[in-house]
Amino acid sequence: MLNYAWLVLIFPLVGVIINTFFGRYLGKRGAGILASAMVGLSFVGAVWMFAELLGLEDRVVTRPLFDWISVGDFNVQVKLLIDPLSSVMAVVVSGVSFLIHIYSIGYMAHDERFVRFFAYLNLFVFAMLTLVLAENLLVTYVGWEGVGLCSYLLIGFWFERKAAADAGKKAFLVNRVGDVGFALGLMMLFVTFGTLSMSQVLEQAMVVRLMPGVATAIALLLFVGAVGKSAQIPLYVWLPDAMEGPTPVSALIHAATMVTAGVYMVARTHMLFALSPTALTWVAAIGGLTAFFAATIALTQHDLKRVLAYSTISQLGYMFLGVGVGAYAAGIFHLTTHAFFKALLFLGAGSVMHALAGELDIRKMGGLRNKIPVTFWTFLFAALAIAGFPGLAGFFSKDEILWQTFANGKTLLWALALLTAGLTAFYIFRLVFTVFYGESRVDKKVAAHIHESPKVMTAPMAILAFFSVIGGYIGVPKILGGSNWIEHYLDGSLGWHAPEAAIAETAHASAGTEWALLILSVIVALAGIGLAYVFYVRRTDLPTRVAKSLGGLYTLVYNKYKVDELYMAVIVKPLRAVGKFFAESVDGPVVDGIAEGIAALVALIGRGLQALQTGLARNYALGILVGAVLLLAYALVR
Amino acid sequence: MNQMGFPLLTLVVWLPLLGAILVYAFRREQVKAVKVVALAFTALTFVGTLLLWAFFRSGEAGYQFVDRAAWIPQFGVEYALGVDGISLFLVILAALLFVVAVLTSWRLLPAEGMRGYFALLLFMETGVLGVFTALDLVLFYVFWEVMLVPAFFLIGRWGGAKRVRAATKFFIYTMAGSALMLVAILALGYVAYSATGAWTFNVANLAGVRIPWYTQLALFGAFALAFAVKAPVVPFHTWLPDAYVEAPTPVTILLAGILGKMGVYGFIRFAIPLFRDAAVYFGPTIQILAVIGVLYGSLIALVQTDLKRLVAYSSLAHVSLIVLGLFAVNAQSMSGAVFQSVSHGIYIAALFALLGALEARKGTRDIAAFGGVWKAAPVMGFFLLIAVLASVGLPGLNAFAGEFVLLLGVFKAQKALAVLGALGMIFGAWYMLTLFQRVMQGAAKPEALADLTGLEKVTVAPLLLLALVFGVQPNLLYSIIVPAVEAVVKAVAAR
Amino acid sequence: MSLSSLHYFILSAILFTIGGIGVLVRRNVFVIFMCVEMMLNAVNLSLIAFARYLNKADGQLLVLFVMAIAAAEVVVGLAILVALHRKRPTTDADEMNVLRG
Repeated sequence: MLNYAWLVLIFPLVGVIINTFFGRYLGKRGAGILASAMVGLSFVGAVWMFAELLGLEDRVVTRPLFDWISVGDFNVQVKLLIDPLSSVMAVVVSGVSFLIHIYSIGYMAHDERFVRFFAYLNLFVFAMLTLVLAENLLVTYVGWEGVGLCSYLLIGFWFERKAAADAGKKAFLVNRVGDVGFALGLMMLFVTFGTLSMSQVLEQAMVVRLMPGVATAIALLLFVGAVGKSAQIPLYVWLPDAMEGPTPVSALIHAATMVTAGVYMVARTHMLFALSPTALTWVAAIGGLTAFFAATIALTQHDLKRVLAYSTISQLGYMFLGVGVGAYAAGIFHLTTHAFFKALLFLGAGSVMHALAGELDIRKMGGLRNKIPVTFWTFLFAALAIAGFPGLAGFFSKDEILWQTFANGKTLLWALALLTAGLTAFYIFRLVFTVFYGESRVDKKVAAHIHESPKVMTAPMAILAFFSVIGGYIGVPKILGGSNWIEHYLDGSLGWHAPEAAIAETAHASAGTEWALLILSVIVALAGIGLAYVFYVRRTDLPTRVAKSLGGLYTLVYNKYKVDELYMAVIVKPLRAVGKFFAESVDGPVVDGIAEGIAALVALIGRGLQALQTGLARNYALGILVGAVLLLAYALVR
Repeated sequence: MNQMGFPLLTLVVWLPLLGAILVYAFRREQVKAVKVVALAFTALTFVGTLLLWAFFRSGEAGYQFVDRAAWIPQFGVEYALGVDGISLFLVILAALLFVVAVLTSWRLLPAEGMRGYFALLLFMETGVLGVFTALDLVLFYVFWEVMLVPAFFLIGRWGGAKRVRAATKFFIYTMAGSALMLVAILALGYVAYSATGAWTFNVANLAGVRIPWYTQLALFGAFALAFAVKAPVVPFHTWLPDAYVEAPTPVTILLAGILGKMGVYGFIRFAIPLFRDAAVYFGPTIQILAVIGVLYGSLIALVQTDLKRLVAYSSLAHVSLIVLGLFAVNAQSMSGAVFQSVSHGIYIAALFALLGALEARKGTRDIAAFGGVWKAAPVMGFFLLIAVLASVGLPGLNAFAGEFVLLLGVFKAQKALAVLGALGMIFGAWYMLTLFQRVMQGAAKPEALADLTGLEKVTVAPLLLLALVFGVQPNLLYSIIVPAVEAVVKAVAAR
Repeated sequence: MSLSSLHYFILSAILFTIGGIGVLVRRNVFVIFMCVEMMLNAVNLSLIAFARYLNKADGQLLVLFVMAIAAAEVVVGLAILVALHRKRPTTDADEMNVLRG
């Protein structure tokens, strides 16, 4: 299969082509099944590759496809890189995509642009797998912008709604800011290393001695790209709005796969980050801050999907915190488990919307536990997983990040992350309790039609629930008797360290400390869940009272710290004003004015000379005579 | 004589003129026949240019398919045509865009004056092809000026409401630039004569002449002014929005797609290699103007309310980026610039063809009048989306393969300019997606617009396909462009 | 007293001056036209005189040219004047000022 790795990419592309040009002949069922089947084949291929890779001694395999760009010393080859990191990512991406494709068959059943939806989804899978499997960073960039395009198209899928079209555009533009950073990073990388090939950069990174600052500049520019794609401060603003898209899209692109591309990219280029402790510190700090910041917003929102969106931002922050302290494997581990439980949370939200005729406001839900039991149970497992309930997927991965942060000596960030863990447990169980417990606050009309989603939707949810529960067991830490398999496996890709060990060696804290921290984080998670229980089941008057007592602070958080408004006022509006100024006051009056002015001057001179043209031939003859005499005189006098 | 043993290039250049004459073999009422003749001759010319590509010996830097004959031997003026890696694709692009222009003219124009219209179009094609192939400066100048006349009449007679003013402005701007160029050409010939004792206007011969420093500055200035007007470079651009907007759609396609590239071509073929010291001396100044053009054009495009005007200013920004690349003078920046010239020609033609279709359906260019068109016209939406994405520089489409390489080259030379130029990528996405949103997305207007006709699809689809093909396989072009560009770079480096 | 070249030059100058003054002061276009011819012939005379004085044939050759071209000029010029006369029934040069700027 490794020799046919390109098939993994080609299947979804075939799906795109067939559905784009012949989809209308297939009918809805046919188009949906075709698209799902193509991704399914990709998944099979990815698993196959993964299995084959396991049996190899040297687990870094490259397969060249074709030469893409060659200009002078700049050569880019399209080449697949199959190593532990990319194989894990490919399996996760294609697997989750496959499940969500199937879910979408049910969810989008009544949409008039059903075929187009699946073409977009397939295109997304193609682009995402390109991003994951690319050996050359410029090809990664192709996939990177490709997934951005699909995100744009799918957020604005219901483009008749202005909000959806706006959100799509916003997502593309904010990502573009990051992408330009990424592109500049690639240029800097090329100028420094003379190549964009991952394996060559890796080789070079071991031998070249960089000017101080160059490594930092490259790493930070690449990180700007990651910040955009993975919705970190300050470029996170597009992700909440992206919830305007269909829910399967939110689950797939804006939770499980695309937004994690930033983390993946940082892990992929970890050799560059490893060369610059400064850059790594930035990554960790931005990640930690974003995790906390987004979690606080998630506490206050009433829109089911937006809470999940802020939760995604927050969890992505965790991943960056992980890679930022040099625990790349932990970051990827969390990425994997997060893909399961966050996709499931979104699918659950979609199922709730399905039951409630598209309702998203959690204040108009409640008591749904018995009416849509499958949705409830799967959602509950996902919630427990993200909250870090012992034994579930999120517990192991999040704890690994917390532990590594602490061990790396970033105590402040560790404390912040621990606090965020509590907030996470609280806000996610706030959802669980308000949506599924208590009195029903559903509209009377809607309440009559509440129904569980069809099997085509619940089956993928059940599968994801299964993985949300057991997904963590690929990375059970040693102190719990595990072998932390994922970390060892990923070591084949991520085990590179700077020659002079630029990052501080992981402090070898005692097993006792690790135990203590473990227990502490369990306590925090349980406390968060308990507090949510008190707030939203026991004493439902508490939330309003707390909000009141916090006053302005609550309003500020509720309004998402007014960051959107800030950007609007500081960036968007001034730029448009400058454009208007240029268009109205500079281009016409000044630039064109000068040109027109010169023309007018010429005309003026012409009018002055006009008087000489009497039209009388004899006057002209006189002129000739006078001229002749003058010339003669000049010749004589000289 | 050349690798064909047959004057293919001469045939390609003059074939359209033959068509222009043949058009008059038909009576005024035989509109259909006139159109068919025009299409046949542009198509035949295009096939001829494809033959050039097919028989082109790639990997070589020099001129190929050279046709030479004495013209004014007393002054060493020659009839000399030839193509190299820099001009080959511009020639092909030109021939392609003339086919597109004829196809977009099919239904768009009133039957009246059709013979004259197509004759002028074909006449212009000979001029344009001549500009890209002439190896003798005097011959080049003749083609350069000859092309202007049909362009003037095409805008002035078949354009929009303010067509005469736009045409005149276009004409005078170009003339003002090229008059000085004529003086410079003659002066250059004289300098060469003084230095070597033989008259010549052949580019290859002139490139070897050592020109005194101050003379270089003056001559470069004169050439650069002509090309800067044509490209255009800020602040010589104000003819552009008027001309692009007022010209009939097929002519707008040609103006934006290929005529502007004549300026770019002039820089890389004449201004830079002939006056190497002066080009290096003035380079940074022109680059700063180019960066200003990128940002200035983008910001103005951001607030436009007229479909064509918006894309016209976007064109200013994109061409400015190309000029920025030219003057970084390294293999990447210049090859990227040549590549991007071709690729910009492709997607801007598709954009203007689609905007023309929109305008023809709605009878207005006001963006606010549109909305939700995608719902009723899915194919048009799909096509415009691809054209917009190409313009935005999405990887996998052609502009990215040009712009990234170009910016990489600039980055090598001057990091700050590359960063500023890259900002244009953000703005580009901003105004193009805004355009797309306001036309195609949002709530549909009550009266639904008809989707693209079969003819319109056939016209635009090949352009979009090319955008994709060149995006996925840019080496099709680069393998031919790079050797020629490297020769220029080497010459400048060894000055 | 024999005629020296000087006499021819003086005669030529006188004829030229008369022609020139005629062009300037007369208003009838036909007369003006005649005066122009007179000036041409004055020049011819001086050319021939110089040719003899310098013992070179160039001047004589030029005269032949001038006469040939003058003949052509007369044809075209008279044709224009006649055509003009048909349009506007006047021979007054001062009336013909449509080219006034």
